[in-house]
Amino acid sequence: MLLTLSITPMQLYGQLLIGLINGSFYALLSMGLAVIFGMLNVVNFAHGAFYMVGAFVAYFLLQYGGMNYWAALVLSPLIVGLLGALVERTIIRRLAGLDHLYGLLLTFGLALVIEGLFQNEFGSSGKPYPTPPALSGAYNLGFMFLPKYRAWVIVCSFVACMATWFAIERTRLGAYLRAATENPSLVRAFGVNVPLMITATYGFGVALAAFAGVLAAPIYQVRPGMGADIIAVVFAVVVIGGMGSILGSILTGFTLGVIEGLTKVFYPEISNTVVFVIMAIVLIIRPSGLFGRAI
Amino acid sequence: MSALASAAPARASHDARDFALAGVLMIAAIVAAPFFVYPFFVMQMLCVALFACAFNLLIGYVGLLSFGHAMFFGMASYVSAHAAKEWGLDPEFAILCGVGVAAAMGLVSGALAIRSKGIYFAMITVALSQMVYFFCVQAPFTHGEDGIQSVPQGRVFGLVSLADSATLYVFVALVFLIGFFVVYRTINSPFGEILKAIRENEPRATSLGYRVMRYKLMAFVLSAALAGLAGATKALVVQNASLSDVGFQMSGEVVLMTLLGGMGTLYGPVVGAVVVVAMQNYLAQYGQWVTVMQGAVFVACVLLFRRGIVGEIAKWARLAL
Repeated sequence: MLLTLSITPMQLYGQLLIGLINGSFYALLSMGLAVIFGMLNVVNFAHGAFYMVGAFVAYFLLQYGGMNYWAALVLSPLIVGLLGALVERTIIRRLAGLDHLYGLLLTFGLALVIEGLFQNEFGSSGKPYPTPPALSGAYNLGFMFLPKYRAWVIVCSFVACMATWFAIERTRLGAYLRAATENPSLVRAFGVNVPLMITATYGFGVALAAFAGVLAAPIYQVRPGMGADIIAVVFAVVVIGGMGSILGSILTGFTLGVIEGLTKVFYPEISNTVVFVIMAIVLIIRPSGLFGRAI
Repeated sequence: MSALASAAPARASHDARDFALAGVLMIAAIVAAPFFVYPFFVMQMLCVALFACAFNLLIGYVGLLSFGHAMFFGMASYVSAHAAKEWGLDPEFAILCGVGVAAAMGLVSGALAIRSKGIYFAMITVALSQMVYFFCVQAPFTHGEDGIQSVPQGRVFGLVSLADSATLYVFVALVFLIGFFVVYRTINSPFGEILKAIRENEPRATSLGYRVMRYKLMAFVLSAALAGLAGATKALVVQNASLSDVGFQMSGEVVLMTLLGGMGTLYGPVVGAVVVVAMQNYLAQYGQWVTVMQGAVFVACVLLFRRGIVGEIAKWARLAL
């Protein structure tokens, strides 16, 4: 393998890092999809669009509100989350009781509307978003330079994922949520406001997507197409991990990001498709995904 | 018992009459269209309409929502363009190559996807088609962003030149009608009845002894092959094959056409295709407003009229369309 010999450790670590970064976004987005699906039985096709809107809200806050990155990191998910809650209340709610496929079609339509509107306004080119000063520069790890911002993204995403997992699996509210996923009418009979919970869940899920969008803004450019580009990979991640488990989707997200990064080093030609190839293999071995329940 | 037995054929003949009547109307429209509309435009519409009919075979009659059908349409269009241009094949063989490749792809991707249902099936098809898209971006024979250009239209069976636009129109209309007839025959055959049974109640169909997976796979391959027929023909009509035909947007558009026209109706996809293509054409100058409009139509269809245009008409007029 002459090919492997020609790769410097620098390249390897660099791609590994990029892989971890991509994995952070895959994990955040696929987890949001899993949370929404668990509660609403809707595959949120508009997830990528909300991720993009999150990045744009950060850009607007900076451009027109003069608010810096840290404010955007809190405000953008909040704003997009509220927007999502509104969308759920006014539109998605009407699909209750219909085939799940209609949820997919509806959110796909929403994604088209949102992305089309942004493309009209901003074209397809990107807007640069500056890295916050506190996070510019890099750590010297001896064997490589680790840009501070990239380390921040990985840590941030990991913490957000773990916090979500904890909230759903280990708190009382999470217990209600899981119970409502299993049997909404029974939980309602106990006096829990399930419709509100559904709205909040959708809002929370898209807020996670917006959070990922703000994190992504300084790394990638803020583009109307950024969500559409990532959504197919995120779907593949969800299929590989299975929809059943939150921890599963986090793990799958990070792992696939790393695998994708490594492929860029060893066999760059298939780096775009490797996630889909893995998906095909997983489907042959375990049709319900690595962590999913049988469907 | 006897009442049931006599009612069924009467209803069947009623349905057949409605289908035939609508069919005559459609053929009349195809014959008349080039006198009123730019023929090139109608030919594109026919190709896309056939694509939508192929897609409808899955969603409408098996209940499988493929969100990646452009992989068959686009790949077949590349293959037939390549076969016609680089290998110098006659159009009918070039199209056959495209159909063959699409069917083979349908076999592989179908075998992977039909093990899952509903939204999982949809997500898997999205991912698979994205894979095919990236393959087309990188593979040398597709010429990446340029696509395969100036595809020769050639002579059918070495005799009739398709470079003449009237001949081409007749050819495309025939291809469309053959494809449409295949769909019609499929859904009105015992095979089609079993597909509908699977759509309505899969465990029941299994318990009756049908190998459900085989039926689903056969329907998937058939749908892929017909989508390929549409794509391969389109490559000869527009004389090029490009990434836009294999991209995700195309997959979304065919879903929209079928949803708008009416899922599970024979003529719905055709009507949907005509509306969507016309909308694209007339809104083309307004940039991305087409996308916004398409999204809005999606939302409106899902919220307001899930039967689609033809489905609503059929219900209102009590016709079987």
